[in-house]
Amino acid sequence: MQKSTQAGFWKKNQRALAPWFFMAPGIIMFLVYVIYPIFQSIGISFYEWDGLGPKTYVGLQNYRDLLDDDSFYTSLKNNVIWLVLYLLAIPAGLAVALFLNQTVAGIRLYKSLFFFPFVISQVVVGLIFTWFYAPGFGILPHVINFFTGTPTAILADDKYATYGVIAAGLWPQTAYCMILYLTGLNNISPDQVEAARMDNAKGWSMLWHIIIPQLRPATFIALVVTVIGALRSFDLISVMTVGGPFGSTRVLSYFMYEQSLSEYGTAMGYGAAIAVVLFAIMLVFISLFIVRMLSQERNA
Amino acid sequence: MFPKPIAQSGPWTQRAYKTLLPIALVLWLLPLIGIAITSIRPGSDLASGNYFGMPSGFAGWENYSSVFKNSNIGYYILNSFRVTIPTVIGAVGLSCLTGYALAVYKFKGNLAVFFMFVAGNFVPFQILAIPVRDLTLHMGLYNTMTGLVLFHIAFQTGFCTLFMRNFMKALPFALIESARVEGVSEFRIFWHIILPLVRPAMAALAVLIFTFIWNDYFWATVMAQSVDVRPVTAGMNELKGQYKVAWELISAAAIVAALPPVAMFFLMQKHFIAGLTLGATKG
Repeated sequence: MQKSTQAGFWKKNQRALAPWFFMAPGIIMFLVYVIYPIFQSIGISFYEWDGLGPKTYVGLQNYRDLLDDDSFYTSLKNNVIWLVLYLLAIPAGLAVALFLNQTVAGIRLYKSLFFFPFVISQVVVGLIFTWFYAPGFGILPHVINFFTGTPTAILADDKYATYGVIAAGLWPQTAYCMILYLTGLNNISPDQVEAARMDNAKGWSMLWHIIIPQLRPATFIALVVTVIGALRSFDLISVMTVGGPFGSTRVLSYFMYEQSLSEYGTAMGYGAAIAVVLFAIMLVFISLFIVRMLSQERNA
Repeated sequence: MFPKPIAQSGPWTQRAYKTLLPIALVLWLLPLIGIAITSIRPGSDLASGNYFGMPSGFAGWENYSSVFKNSNIGYYILNSFRVTIPTVIGAVGLSCLTGYALAVYKFKGNLAVFFMFVAGNFVPFQILAIPVRDLTLHMGLYNTMTGLVLFHIAFQTGFCTLFMRNFMKALPFALIESARVEGVSEFRIFWHIILPLVRPAMAALAVLIFTFIWNDYFWATVMAQSVDVRPVTAGMNELKGQYKVAWELISAAAIVAALPPVAMFFLMQKHFIAGLTLGATKG
């Protein structure tokens, strides 16, 4: 008797309970490893802590210290430079995609090879560009020497180093945007393009008025991945400059790593405060993306 | 089609385009080509200043075997596989479940759960790092494969859920309805009807996650210390310190480290691009 009522309960409520059973493992993992740690980090940022000993509550002191720290401003400035210059990957990706959107023999292979830089890890990209920039045996200093007469060692010069690292990052990022746009171009309605051609639209005006509006979904995704990629930049800096010369290529993510995670980094509270600032900046963008995706969901 | 198909333009334009293509490609891949050539150069070339000219001989064999003999790269590559493969299985598996729940069932909080996964996927790693390392330490899993894999599975479940849920939303719902009318249990519907239909999505996710995890550097550095755990991305950086300016060896190691995801990409290109461009066409 007992058993049959249980079975009846399950039968009646199966539809309501099933989704939670399906989601439980994923949700638990995600809460434990992603959502909860965000709040823990915010908590840690109010303490002074070396990672092992007891924590001392210091209120907003870590944040006040940040405001007096030149490295913080350098990092913040570099984050802005990264963000602005990284956005170049979007028009560059579109340009490459337009260049490759043809149907000549072997074009598929060309497209794959142009996409190549994105598949390689950033560590390898960083090594490749370090070599490319290296004074003496890199190609670029020779080229610069040819034009200006002085072989500039880009990564050793605090004026240029950040730009050198960003250029390395733009290489795979442009490839990524290119593939998004190639897919977008593939799905453009040929009727509209033909109709516009009948109306004598061509070249730039065609691109601006007919093509780009139809590429909006691709542009949105390109924007999301580029902004997030720019603010997450870490690998290239770690491999190419280790934050130097003189800390001039630090960004918030790398600054945080130095403070809390590297071999000598034991300032957990301070690092957490840096991470919270980075998180707050990203939250602005994440919210914008989510709002847009949510309105799409509602319209669907 | 835009731009205008080149076949419709004059023979000169066509010829110009076909000449320009390989030139553009070589310029685009110049850094990569440079490092590939360097990796087969004899060390003496670099010593005598022959950086860009024809290699004076083929030393690929020596360079590559020297990298494997004199460094830990063999272990690092193995470690990368040992981190990557379980993560792919775990994250794809979990996201089939979450994606199914979010795509098929209407319940309160559906969108909230969905956007928790989406938003979590965008956070900076640094805000997770201290607590995650601490948690892993307390579980006794610091500097182990399991510790690294568990985190990767959890984090990648965010992206995979977004992907799976959107893919499953496009499946014919009538199929599920008719099975329900027949009295098939919810789990059996998932197992026997849905899973076979989402195989392409699983393949796409598998290649993507393989590449993401293989190329991960931050977590590899933060969570793995010793030679028997450290994946190849973190190991590469160590090699760079070991070899200093022996660029023929660094280049060879870089090529080796890059090879598995590149092979994966070329073998599963269709799936890879389908995964990456999901959403680039609609919405």
